[in-house]
Amino acid sequence: MAAPTRMTIAEARKALKAKKISSAELTDAHLKAMEATRGLNAFITETPERARADARRADAVLAKGEGGSLEGIPLGIKDLFCTEGVLTTAGSHILDGFKPPYESTVSAKLWQAGAVMLGKLNMDEFAMGSSNMTSYHGAVKNPWRKKGANSDLVPGGSSGGSAAAVAARSVMGATATDTGGSIRQPAAFTGTVGIKPTYGRCSRWGIVAFASSLDQAGPIARTVEDAAIMLQAMSGHDPKDSTSADLPVPNFEAAVERGVKGLRIGIPKEYKLDGAPKEIQDLWEQGIAWLKEAGATPVDITLPHTKYALPVYYVIAPAEASSNLARYDGVRFGLRVPGKTLDEMYENTRAAGFGAEVKRRILIGTYVLSAGYYDAYYLRAQRVRSLIARDFTEAYKQVDAVLTPATPSAAFAIGEKMDDPIAMYLNDVFTVTANLAGLPGISVPGGLNTDGLPLGLQVIGKAFDEETVFAVGRALEKAANFTALPEGMA
Amino acid sequence: MSLDKDTVRKVATLARIKVPDSDLDHMAKELSGVLGWIEQLNEVDIAGVQPMTSVAQMRLKMRADEVRDGGDAEKVTQNAPEGAHGFFVVPKVVE
Repeated sequence: MAAPTRMTIAEARKALKAKKISSAELTDAHLKAMEATRGLNAFITETPERARADARRADAVLAKGEGGSLEGIPLGIKDLFCTEGVLTTAGSHILDGFKPPYESTVSAKLWQAGAVMLGKLNMDEFAMGSSNMTSYHGAVKNPWRKKGANSDLVPGGSSGGSAAAVAARSVMGATATDTGGSIRQPAAFTGTVGIKPTYGRCSRWGIVAFASSLDQAGPIARTVEDAAIMLQAMSGHDPKDSTSADLPVPNFEAAVERGVKGLRIGIPKEYKLDGAPKEIQDLWEQGIAWLKEAGATPVDITLPHTKYALPVYYVIAPAEASSNLARYDGVRFGLRVPGKTLDEMYENTRAAGFGAEVKRRILIGTYVLSAGYYDAYYLRAQRVRSLIARDFTEAYKQVDAVLTPATPSAAFAIGEKMDDPIAMYLNDVFTVTANLAGLPGISVPGGLNTDGLPLGLQVIGKAFDEETVFAVGRALEKAANFTALPEGMA
Repeated sequence: MSLDKDTVRKVATLARIKVPDSDLDHMAKELSGVLGWIEQLNEVDIAGVQPMTSVAQMRLKMRADEVRDGGDAEKVTQNAPEGAHGFFVVPKVVE
């Protein structure tokens, strides 16, 4: 039997059921790993007592031969999910001390399935960022380093704490959210698997809102199978989220080993970027070859409006954010900075409580929604969004899924790109289209670059066809046989 | 499109974020950079294209108009920086 922190969720589940290990042992091993990797700053709040109590409860259930699909499995929760009675900060100063009196639907489903909570994971402030550098609680370090170098790299973002903790083996899996790439980009940077399901697959209720038409929850895990096990538990209709889809949740686990024989895989020519590193192009070609060997047929396709996806995103997401973040006013929760009048109190609180990137996006959002600019920016962006979604609808007449690189580079150094917002935004160039079109996308580790850093491949599927996404992701995982582990691991 | 200091000041007021005068120039430059980059959207022919407000192709559900929960004033206000008797307390707004 593998050491507890080297097991996958699938393996641990079997071991728990066979009584080869207890949830208490599994949980303790991960709590130790959490302590040993504290230098990564992956956690904002550690909840060891809660974890031990959860594990005891799970062990009692398992002893009776019962238990849910995640019974006794220790997980981390991104600090964007409200957890009842447990500090929830969204990585922001403005939510100082906020202990929600309710539980998010997705985390509640995980507890119902028997999961154990290890703690709340660090993230970019309000999920706005691609490096985890914008967190009020400090940057997260990537457990991976360049071969022979000792400078710290970013884990990506916004789910940087989730990705770093999964990669460092201090959690068996983690919840994450993805508005423009915030699950898939950090997964690619850390050699982990991350899936953003179809918009509407997971309830957004109780998740701190960033851009409501784009936000989706999903898991980051060690393997494609583990991601399927977690997503299964997280998915499903919720009457409390009017945009959650009232559709049956397929058996994702059963789809993982379905194979890709006969599938047609779209290769969009617009994802070949001028100036992208050769290693990215090489990995993509390798991915195409792997799928071909596994029996799929690559098909050249065109998604002509791809280059407009990021500018569309940077109108729509800030516009929605400026509205969603209006609630942080120093009245109902978190920070309050006094002022002589109510307005001054609002202004002082928001000036002190929000970081630079969040302010930048609120101001852009306020501007593009303001009288005289609404049509020119916001309405135009929504129209181009229709064209981006239509590109996929057209492509899916010929293909079953699309294969692209996950990111335009490997993980970069902490502090890099901080003075150039647009350079930072370009991190999401391959992932943001799936959010705008509402489609499922997975990032799977494809290999290491010459510096020894992980690179990811992305599979985008049809709406509500996560099954094909898992099957193609698994075929890539199998072919890549990615077994490398980071040095910054417990 | 380049934003001037006065526009940034106005937008910051609309967003209720205090921006010190000394930061306005820097912010105007940064925001202008982002907006300038966004303006490549002007190249796209959008004639006859409907704006997309949601990817969820679904009709909102109707439900019975009935009280399902409530009476949670204490829970609702427990995170307030200042509260009293189940209310939020704010600086005086009427003389």
